[in-house]
Amino acid sequence: MEMDWVLGLIGGVIIGGAAALYLLVNGRVMGASGILGALVDGSGRETANERLAFLAGLVVFPGVAALAMGGSDTHLTGNHVIVALAGLCVGVGTRLANGCTSGHGVCGISRLSLRGIVATVFYIGAGGLTVVLARALLGGV
Amino acid sequence: MRAVYAFLAGGVFGVGLLISGMTDTRKVIGWLDVFGDWDPTLAFVMGGAILPMAIAWRVAAARGTPLLGGDFPARPEPTIGWNLVIGSTLFGAGWGLSGLCPGPAVASLTWGGAGGLVFLAAMAAGMYGAPPIRSRIDAMSTA
Repeated sequence: MEMDWVLGLIGGVIIGGAAALYLLVNGRVMGASGILGALVDGSGRETANERLAFLAGLVVFPGVAALAMGGSDTHLTGNHVIVALAGLCVGVGTRLANGCTSGHGVCGISRLSLRGIVATVFYIGAGGLTVVLARALLGGV
Repeated sequence: MRAVYAFLAGGVFGVGLLISGMTDTRKVIGWLDVFGDWDPTLAFVMGGAILPMAIAWRVAAARGTPLLGGDFPARPEPTIGWNLVIGSTLFGAGWGLSGLCPGPAVASLTWGGAGGLVFLAAMAAGMYGAPPIRSRIDAMSTA
């Protein structure tokens, strides 16, 4: 268990390092939902190359790293109806809120942005409530 | 050049997500499960990520311009609207239901299997459909 915390901390610093690189070099906030979402809805057409390159790196690097580690597992529930419903909520929600865990959480809180802090309180609160309700109603997902 | 560094940043971000365990939905759900067998890993990840970023914002303020030119992102108006509250709540519900948020969902594309693809497709559909909902919520809250 403690090993997981150490890996969490190391991985976290790497995530923050990536966000710092994207800010200081490219001058952008590293928010996964914004980078992808503006491609999907067309609002990020002028910066499409930068967005696509970011997403390509986000797929390729961990893909290779996971292969080198002998594979990885998301342990995602096999219930595709729940998965689709969850994906839809995450897609609509992050675009209404204009950010997710990386944009509001990592990039927002680190600059003491009120919006980032409020968003984080609401998504963690709703997430915790959902986990408790899901276990009570569905016996866990 | 912008694309090269974007590719690198995305790559480093993805490796961090993998190492930290954030692509494992059990760790995320375990952290949100405060009344169950609570797993504190995500707090370490968040803390670890915020640290270098807090320094980066200070460096940005001191430098004035990004290395590749242009402007640093302006600090958004500190207004808390219904879109922020409703959106974050919806996002949190989907996050708790699946254990996936946008970054890890993309990062695990190569090993996430059919379920991962279902999540990505549904998330993209939600992102595509969001702008009109956003405008409607804005119109209602300013009416």
